[in-house]
Parts: sequence; structure tokens; C-alpha cells
Amino acid sequence: MQLNVNARSYEVDIEPETPLLWVLREVIGLTGTKYGCGIAQCGACTVHLDGEPVRSCSLPLAAVAGRRIVTIEGLSSDSSHPVQKAWAALDVPQCGYCQSGQIMAAAALLSKKPRPTDGDIDEAMTNICRCGTYQRVRAAIHMAAGTGKGGGSVIHMAEMAGAETSAVAGNRSTEV
Amino acid sequence: MKNTQRENATNLSRRKFVVGSAAAGGGLALGFNLPFGVERAAAQSVGAGSAEVNAWVVVKPDDTCVIRIARAEMGQGTHTGLAQLVAEELACDWNKVAIEPITAGQNLARKRVWRDMATGGSRGIRGSQDYVRQGGAAARMMLLQAAANQWNVPVSEVTVADGVITHAASGRSTSYGKVAAAAAKLTPPDPKSIQLKSPKDWKIAGKPMKRLDTADKLNGSKVYSIDLKLPGMVYAAVKACPVYGGKLVSWDESKVSRMPGFSGVIQVDDATVAVVANTWWRAKSALDALPIKWDEGPNAKESSATIAARLREGLTSSDAFADIDVGDAPKAIADASKKVEAVYSTPFLSHACMEPMNCTVRITADKAEVWMPSQNAEASLAALSTASGLPLAKCEAYNHTLGGGFGRRGGTQDFVRQAVAIGKRYPGIPVKMIWSREEDQAHDFYRPISQCKLSAGLDQGGNLVGLHIRVSGQSINAYLAPHNIKDGKDRRQLQGLWTQPGDAQIGYTIPNLRTEYAMRNTHVPVGPWRGVNTNQNGLYLECFIDEVARAAGKDPLEFRRALMKNHPKHLGVLNAAAEKGGWGKPLPAGVHRGIAQFMGYGSYVAAVAEVTVKGDEVKVHRMVLATNCGHAVNPATIAAQVEGSVCYGFDSLQSEISVQNGRAAELNYHTYPIARLAQLPKVETVIAPTYDFWGGVGEPTICVVAPAILNAILAATGKPVRTLPLKNHGLKIV
Repeated sequence: MQLNVNARSYEVDIEPETPLLWVLREVIGLTGTKYGCGIAQCGACTVHLDGEPVRSCSLPLAAVAGRRIVTIEGLSSDSSHPVQKAWAALDVPQCGYCQSGQIMAAAALLSKKPRPTDGDIDEAMTNICRCGTYQRVRAAIHMAAGTGKGGGSVIHMAEMAGAETSAVAGNRSTEV
Repeated sequence: MKNTQRENATNLSRRKFVVGSAAAGGGLALGFNLPFGVERAAAQSVGAGSAEVNAWVVVKPDDTCVIRIARAEMGQGTHTGLAQLVAEELACDWNKVAIEPITAGQNLARKRVWRDMATGGSRGIRGSQDYVRQGGAAARMMLLQAAANQWNVPVSEVTVADGVITHAASGRSTSYGKVAAAAAKLTPPDPKSIQLKSPKDWKIAGKPMKRLDTADKLNGSKVYSIDLKLPGMVYAAVKACPVYGGKLVSWDESKVSRMPGFSGVIQVDDATVAVVANTWWRAKSALDALPIKWDEGPNAKESSATIAARLREGLTSSDAFADIDVGDAPKAIADASKKVEAVYSTPFLSHACMEPMNCTVRITADKAEVWMPSQNAEASLAALSTASGLPLAKCEAYNHTLGGGFGRRGGTQDFVRQAVAIGKRYPGIPVKMIWSREEDQAHDFYRPISQCKLSAGLDQGGNLVGLHIRVSGQSINAYLAPHNIKDGKDRRQLQGLWTQPGDAQIGYTIPNLRTEYAMRNTHVPVGPWRGVNTNQNGLYLECFIDEVARAAGKDPLEFRRALMKNHPKHLGVLNAAAEKGGWGKPLPAGVHRGIAQFMGYGSYVAAVAEVTVKGDEVKVHRMVLATNCGHAVNPATIAAQVEGSVCYGFDSLQSEISVQNGRAAELNYHTYPIARLAQLPKVETVIAPTYDFWGGVGEPTICVVAPAILNAILAATGKPVRTLPLKNHGLKIV
């Protein structure tokens, strides 16, 4: 079967019911796309299928043959996609395991809605992050979209001497 | 997790491992002689032109300072924080810092020069800050001495900034990279001569530095253990008897042996079967198709109802032990002008790490290796040695960044033992074992279930004169580390309700106070779950305090303050949260506030939540969470941990592992809900360090999240929520 992944063509010889996730990971060798639940609940396996975000753990190979698939490895050649840059600027990942899926979901959202509202983000970003990076995920999407909204981490430092400084860290590009 | 892993460390230093034998349901101590004298290749950075100044610091000719890290990284930011502490004392250029994890085998071969590798109990920073800072400072002293020797000037005339060494009098300067080789040959300074910097003078530590481990998490290039690929690798999917304590009886291999890529069926242990194939998906497909006969045993009759009944009996039984018994709480309550009583309960919870349990193994006649995500690489190494039968000197454990840990991958090395049992049947061939999500949910070491009965007495002025707390529930120590139970008293289950200061101290002074624990174990495996027992105990105490304040007709904040005069640090954090949270200030119609404070892992925490309850929908709008963790090594990481703690607190409100027919019922994320982005409130972190102790960060905040929210629900509805999850009350978080 012919598979088009990240603008490359692969000839794949495996059972047609194999989920795309496992074809990517075990046949083609692209392991950036993660296994989390296997039932399209968590989104760790999110890839783009003809530009749409899909959960590859629940998509059989037979359903995607010949269609245009983009994985995290193909989002950009040098981590320069605006979503990746915003993710880096805000230090979004903790363990990082779900972040390929989060980034792919966010990139798909922005391709449809270049200036999303918080409601748009709520609706599109249903991927699970067990570490709980959601606040920075939201802020990074706003940053990538240039909406000027979204706080990121809000940190109030109560210093040793008792003097207080406040910092809204979300819009800083060099720290946090 | 703390006790078990500390035990490991203590025994290791006595040239022994203690391996928690979770599969056997008990603790098993095994002695090994460590492979002293077996010199291995040191960590990989020592090579062409690089110089190991000491165990912690390797300097490359281009002035890059490679900082070695022993603790595990599972997202909590410990690697970056420890590097900041070493770099601070080293006085190097932060932009030229790289980090390099060591392996368990390297640590053993070098007589544990990097000390404890166990990463749990929120100890990654606080448990190693002293010796890693000493390591950085010692390296700096040696580098400066090397420059002074080269210039033939007293070292006291030499200064350093950002890794550039200067002799002002002669106008000469050099860099770490140029003198590192000479420095490496010097005798290390006497530890007593090392002066650590005052936190007031910190330039790298104490700052919100960006993490050093982000780049490869953004493009799919980071290799987690589950991603590892080795030449000739085969793959294993496993299934253990769904009923804990049940046994594997038989299987019918003929039904799957012709499936594509099939290699074999293996009995892993007396309860577990594995299918091996040439891809994991094929192994899992064959396992799903494999007819398996189990002997489920008597535990198949157990259910959430039978377990709840057993715990309920423990609320009034006579076998409990009292930990605190000040005054006469039962009498004070009986004599009080007003009495308040409530029974709370919390369910089993699973860790649900996003990366399911997995381990890769390769065993030959004279070498055994594992690649795994572990919170304790030395425990992994010990498990490998035991399970493979090869001595430690012939074993190596390569740890990967964990796709979540949360206490699941520390003392309990079940995933390593299983992989090794399979790998032994494939000598010389790498075997990667991966659990399905369903297997991961079905065979966790769950957060223990408990119930709590609380009684309080108020005098005529509405002052709290007596408090009696009885916890009845399962013991982690009884399951994983029975040697930690002294004289039948398992104080760990009362974590957060202890009187002694420093770790998890109750923040109230009450004239008549009794705390009790009745151990009621079940057949369900339990273990440390991020925050461990502070979560349940914090919820019990802090929700009940709100009920009592309400009965006294007092403001929940003022009621707490009156009990906290002898606990200034608890009070300081409570006040910080109240102030930033705007306690007492007007709110939009329908929005209510809740507050909570507690202590765990050496840190003081408090939270204020703003909540609306509309019909069955609970909306949390904003949370302000304050922490005094003593020293704040990286405020940005602390904020990330606090934000994550809010999510973990949400899960404790809405998730549950229930027991049906002796097994876990919620086997994937559709029935075991994890917090989603749309549910989360705006989170604000208040960091209020007092710089006179070192506290943890990764866990302590979770225990105030749920009670602050539940207290806001109480304020909104007038009805206390005493049993979780929220669906028991027809409520859901939106």
C-alpha cells in the first residue's frame, strides 16, 4: 500500500487494519507520534490527514492510503513553525510525551482559525496532558496567533525581605 | 514513595540493595556485593579533549560545562534546577551549560559518587542541593587554582565571572575550557573549606531560567523508552490476571500462532502471559485474540461495596492507634456546647502516566541491559540483576526521560521484572515490552482508598475546643514496605497530620486533639500517587474545618487564623494566598470562594478558588496558590508544577478506580476522566520563600486544590461534598 507521509512516499506491506499510529511508529520509524490510549481519547497520536487533525491510533491504514499525512516530524524542518516557536518561548512541555499531539492539534487549529478565541481553543484542544501544561498551551496558541491575549504563567514573587514583585510571565520570550 | 526509596538509598550505602517486591505483595531485602573495582567507562562526555574536573562537572575545550545529573527527569524540571545550582557555584556561563544523565551502572562502578538516583517525595532538588552545590563549588575552586598555578599568582588574586577567569593585577584572563585539563589533575578541596553562596547573591539559581530539555520535545526527536529501536528487536504485549491475586492457568497458542509476525507465547510469572511478535501492534493483536484461562480466586468476589463496608467498620473499631493524643478530645467534644461530625471518603486513583509502562531488555550470557522510564534507576538495576540472575557488575540500566511518573515508576519495578522474564527467553535479542492503556489502568499501584470520620466541639464563643480525626483505609507501607511500620503503627497514612515540624505538620493548635489510623487493607495493589497521603488527609481536614467554621458562624479564613498563631509559616502562606486571592473582596453574582492550607514534603501551601455552581455544573474560574518551599530555585518551574498540581487536584475530584468482581473497572480515559484544557481555571502562583529551609515542589500543592474547590462549592450550595468523585453528588466540572 502506498502511504504519503511528510511529502515522502512509502510502500507499506502490512495488514490493512493496522492503525496508522503503529504504521508510523513501527513500519516507517517515525516515533514522534505517541501511543497514549488507543481509543482516540487522549490525542497523543494526533497527525494531520489532508490538513485535518486526526487521531492516528484509531485510523486503519486502509483508510489513509494515498492521502496526505503530516506528522510532528514534518510540521517544519527546523522547529520553526509558529506553534513550535511559541511552545519553546513559553517552555510549554513538562514530560513532553503528549506535546507532539498538542502541537499538531494547535497547528491545525491555527490553519483554520488564524486568530482563535479562548472558546475556539477550548473546543479544539481536547488532548490530554497528564502533567497539566494547559495554561501554557493556551498562552502559546495565543502567542503563535499574535492575538495579544493569554497570560501564561502568572507568578507573584513574595521576596525574602517581604517586598513583592509581580510578573506575568506568559508574554516574555526569554524567560519562563 | 519517600520511605521506600530512602530505604533503598540507605541500604545501598551499606553496599546492599533493598528491592521492594511488589508482585509478592511485600518487601524483600536482597543483599548484593557491589562491583567495586569494576571500572566502567564513565559518562559519555569524557572524551576527546574534555576534562572531568569532578564527578559533577566536565568542561569541554569550547568552554561548554557538562553538568552530570543523577535524578530522573519526568517533566518536573529537576534536571534544569539541579544544573542551575551547580552552575551557580561553578560560576560558569549559563548559556554554555549542557546536562548529562548518568546511568545506574556508572554510579555503582564509581562507588555511588553521584549518590541517590531515586526521584520521588519531591526530593529531586531539596534532597541533593547541598552536595551538588558543593560539587559545583569544588570544581570552581579547582579551575581557579589551575589558572593561578599557570600564572604563578596566589589564587586569592584570581576572580571568575561567566566561566572567564581574570587576574586583574596583571590584566590576564583565561577560560574554563583552557584550564580544565590542569584542574582535573588537582587534589579536590577539603569539603570543609567550601563556602557556598548566599541565596541573596544567586545569579543563575533563583531565576526563572528556561528549561534545558525543551527542544527535542517540540519536533518528535526525543527518544522516550517506548520509542527505542534496537537492531533485531522483537516486541511483547502482556496481560496479567485482571483480578489481583488471581493466577494464570492456561492458554491456547494454536489460535494465534498463525497470525502475522507471531513469535511465541510466554508465561511471564504466575499471573501474567505475554505474546511476542515482530511488531508491538501484532503482539497486541495476537494477545487480544489469545484464549486465556484464569483462576481468579476468592478476590473475584470483592467490589467497591465490600471494600467500603470494611473501611466503614474501621471508623469506629477499637484497633486504631492514636498518633496525636493531646488533652481529651472525645470528652471535650462530648462536653462542648456545639458538636459537628462528618464522614468523608476518597476512592482509589490510578497514575495514568501518558507513556504506558514499558521496558526494553537485552540479555546475553554475560550482560543484561534494560532501557526504561524509571524514577529510580538503581532500583531498576537491582530488579534486572535479581530477575536475570546476573550479578550487578554485569547489568546496566539506561534511564530515559519519563513520559510521566507521579510515583508509579519508583519503588515498584514490576515493568522491569516482567520485561526481563520475557527477555530471558530471547537471549541476545532485544525485547521491547509495552503495556496497553487498559493493562496500565488494570495493574497500577493505586492511590489508597480511605474514609475519615471527623468530630469537633465548639464552645459558646464558637471556638474549636476539640477535634477527633479517625482515618480508616489501606496502607501503602503494608503493601510495599512493611518494614516501615513500627510497632504496628503506620504513621505514613496520617501524612500531613503530624505534630513534628519540618515535613508534613498539622498547622493548627487545638487544645484537645486526637488523630487515629485504623489499617484496613484490601486485595488491590496500592502505592505512592503524586502527593501521596497529603491529598486525602488535606481534603478531610480542610473541608471539615470549613464545616466547623460554618457551624461556628465564622469566616473560614478568620476561623483558621485563630488556630494558627503557633504556626507562623503555615499562616504566612495562608495569608499570602488570601491576599492575592482577594479573600473578602466582592465577587460577581453567583461566584463563591473557598480556601485551604496544608503542609507536605517540607513545604507550606495554600489555595483560594473561585467557583460557580449552576445546576449540576461546577465551573472553577480562578485559583491562587501560594507556596513557601524555602528556596525557589526556578520560579518558572515552580509555577509549572503548581499549574500541573491544579490538574492533578481536578483528577482527584472527578476520577475513580472502582472495583467490580475483584478488578479495576475504569480501564481507559473514556471512563477515567483526566482534566482537559477547557476545564482549567486561570491559575496564579504565589511564591513566598523564606530561605531558611529546603522544601519540595512537585507534590505539595495538590493537597489544597480539591479542598479549596470543595469549600467554594460548600459556600455556593450550603451542602458539603464529603465523598468523591463529584459524580456521586450529580456534579461535574465544566
